[in-house]
Amino acid sequence: MKKWKELVPGAVVLEAGSSEKFKTGSWRSFRPRWIEENCIQCLFCWLYCPDMAVKVVEGKMTGFDYDFCKGCGVCARECPGKKGQKAIVMEPEGK
Amino acid sequence: MGKIAAVTGNEAVANALRQANPDVCSLYPITPQTDIVQRFASYVSNGQVDTELINAESEHSSMSAAIGASAAGGRVVTATSSQGLALMWEMLHIASATNLPIIMPLVNRALSAPLNIHGDHSDGMGARDTGWIQLWSENAQEAYDNTVQAFRIGEHKDLRLPVMVCMDGFIISHSIERIEYLEDKQVKDFIGEFVNVNPLLDLEHPKSYGPLILTDLYMEFKRLQHEIMGRVKKVVLDVAEDFYKLSGRRYGLFESYRLEDAEIGMVVMNSAAGTSKDVVDAFRDKGIKAGLLKPRLFRPFPYTEIADALKHLKAVCVMDRADSYGGYGPMFMEISSALYQVTGNGSGVAKPKLINKIYGLGGRDYMPEQAEQVFTELDAIAKGAPVKLVKDYIGVRE
Amino acid sequence: MATELKLKELSKKPDIFCHGHRMCSGCGAPTVVKMVLLATEYPVVISNATGCLEVSSCIQDLTAWKTPWIHSAFENAAATIAGVETMYKSLLKRGKMPENVKFIAFGGDGGTYDIGFQSLSGAMERWHDMLYICYDNGAYMNTGIQRSSATPLGADTTTSPAGSAIPGKLQPRKDLTKIMAAHGIPYAAQASPSHWMDLMKKVRKAHEIKGPKFMNIIAPCNRGWRSQTDDSILLSRLAVETCYWPLYEVEDGKLKITSKPKEKKPVAEFMKPQGRFKHLFAPGNEALLERVQQEIDKNWERLLKEDAAE
Repeated sequence: MKKWKELVPGAVVLEAGSSEKFKTGSWRSFRPRWIEENCIQCLFCWLYCPDMAVKVVEGKMTGFDYDFCKGCGVCARECPGKKGQKAIVMEPEGK
Repeated sequence: MGKIAAVTGNEAVANALRQANPDVCSLYPITPQTDIVQRFASYVSNGQVDTELINAESEHSSMSAAIGASAAGGRVVTATSSQGLALMWEMLHIASATNLPIIMPLVNRALSAPLNIHGDHSDGMGARDTGWIQLWSENAQEAYDNTVQAFRIGEHKDLRLPVMVCMDGFIISHSIERIEYLEDKQVKDFIGEFVNVNPLLDLEHPKSYGPLILTDLYMEFKRLQHEIMGRVKKVVLDVAEDFYKLSGRRYGLFESYRLEDAEIGMVVMNSAAGTSKDVVDAFRDKGIKAGLLKPRLFRPFPYTEIADALKHLKAVCVMDRADSYGGYGPMFMEISSALYQVTGNGSGVAKPKLINKIYGLGGRDYMPEQAEQVFTELDAIAKGAPVKLVKDYIGVRE
Repeated sequence: MATELKLKELSKKPDIFCHGHRMCSGCGAPTVVKMVLLATEYPVVISNATGCLEVSSCIQDLTAWKTPWIHSAFENAAATIAGVETMYKSLLKRGKMPENVKFIAFGGDGGTYDIGFQSLSGAMERWHDMLYICYDNGAYMNTGIQRSSATPLGADTTTSPAGSAIPGKLQPRKDLTKIMAAHGIPYAAQASPSHWMDLMKKVRKAHEIKGPKFMNIIAPCNRGWRSQTDDSILLSRLAVETCYWPLYEVEDGKLKITSKPKEKKPVAEFMKPQGRFKHLFAPGNEALLERVQQEIDKNWERLLKEDAAE
């Protein structure tokens, strides 16, 4: 921890987006699993994820960022899947 | 030499704000300060300043907007009195702890209840622990000079602190006095361009203002705040020296009046100091060695310097135009603390005897007879009479 | 050229509000913030009222914001951003800032409907060029689910607990969106993250209008609503479909319902999954449940009339 002489006066945070150093993935008790063959690339999982933990590259869902995913399950709940088959399912951590 | 004018304290201070040409002024009217912001609004309406005005819907929002504007990056002023300052109280702490050099004339007025619009120091004293620099002014000239200096002090790179410039409501704010103005250019050059530190509006380098900080780091930030306040005295004296060169008017951390060889002394702040100085002269004429100390910088409080200036006295009365019900007056507490650290004064008396008088609350007139009464009592104490009552009230019907 | 409102295109935009924030798992508020910022195509400066979003997004030297952000206190997000915006205006007129910087204030319902109401009203009346966004989760959630004036009728909160004598909150919500529209501001709207396109269009529209704008966006809170972590979007959708949370906008005084449910569902469908309304489904509370439905119906009918009148 910093000593008082090392602090920025006014407690101004100078590094934008520094929260990326704080991994919230350890909060998770359920883990989303992506089933690619059922994915229609609607990107609702990306849109509705409160933790910016769905990885999208060039407009395509590629998986989850487990460093930050808190395991809420919104992605799985909102996933329309393909022909009634979800592309995201939630599984207990440590299974 | 600048222009000589006959103006009220409010007009003098408003003129200093005009000369500083702030980027933003947030305001909310309150007696007896209103006159300052309405004058300033007319400067804006008439294009005499570049300032953008924020007519806030309360003092709380006025200070909040000042904080937003100051963090954004630029010179910011506002002004208030009494209840307005009380309503701002929450935000005062945030302004100082965020190191935002907001300049705010405070036209001192009593606090409710009972509702009262007249001058006393309850408002400013209540803001003692908010982390603001406080400069107090005896008259319109000092209020003007302090306002001009406040920009240099608060905006100093080592400080970046908000400054409250205090003057007595009505007694000074509404009385017309002779005053010597600096030229606009002199003030502009003296204050200089506003220099930003971590401006929020630096879009290329986004910053976050106002984090949550809990048990593990909060205390370190408070320690840092104290450290920064510790640098204020030097800056105040340096700025005063430059101001002397510019104006010929000398300022220090406090004013000593006939104190050097005095045996009894009064500590009194703001307008009552003027009245008291006349009485000091009258007692000197009678052969009684009276003197006076008028604090100017109340926060941070110059404990050692004031103790040095008072320690040779036999008896001192600390005058408080504010009360702490069930406690001593706020100024008395500071002077007692300062003198307690004195280990000896060379004249055989360990420390001056101290008494505390509460006076002038709610604008109650402070008359020369009251000062005479105080000096007479001090004279007796100095000659061996016991202190009957440490804290007492003067000018009140018993 | 503005980014097309297509998820594929939007997903290419960098996060302005990024991960590592510490909002609860499944919270609706970060999604609201994310959508608002995805729709924003300009440099943006944000102020934040004290509350869940604020305490969870900037802790010590870790900030989730990649754009200038300021928090000063609870009741003054509007006044604070008003100060920032005024400084911007002052610097802009002297050529020290670029054109078209946008100013957004985020506040929860406590910081907006209640303690921050005066500050918000003042800022709107002064016509600051800003967008105030209330993320409405219907109670003081940051302090642990206390009743606010946005808490719905009948809800169980820790300060309006459903007990044997009093069945939860006895008063309907304050209709803040209408109150803000009544300020005569150029734009006021209600939105829901479930209807993301509608939400983003409203944000875009708001940014193109000079002056004060207000948006009220429902943000489910699974802790306070006593619901599941995965149903924030589902519940916000049900809120719209039951007309508990109608989607509309008031532009220059003209009210328009922007999304009418195909079939208005009973409000019970929105309430049933939420533990805060559990007691209303117990025997003895039928009248209160009925009153909740009547309030919803009354407001919806009024809204339809206002919509048709335009």
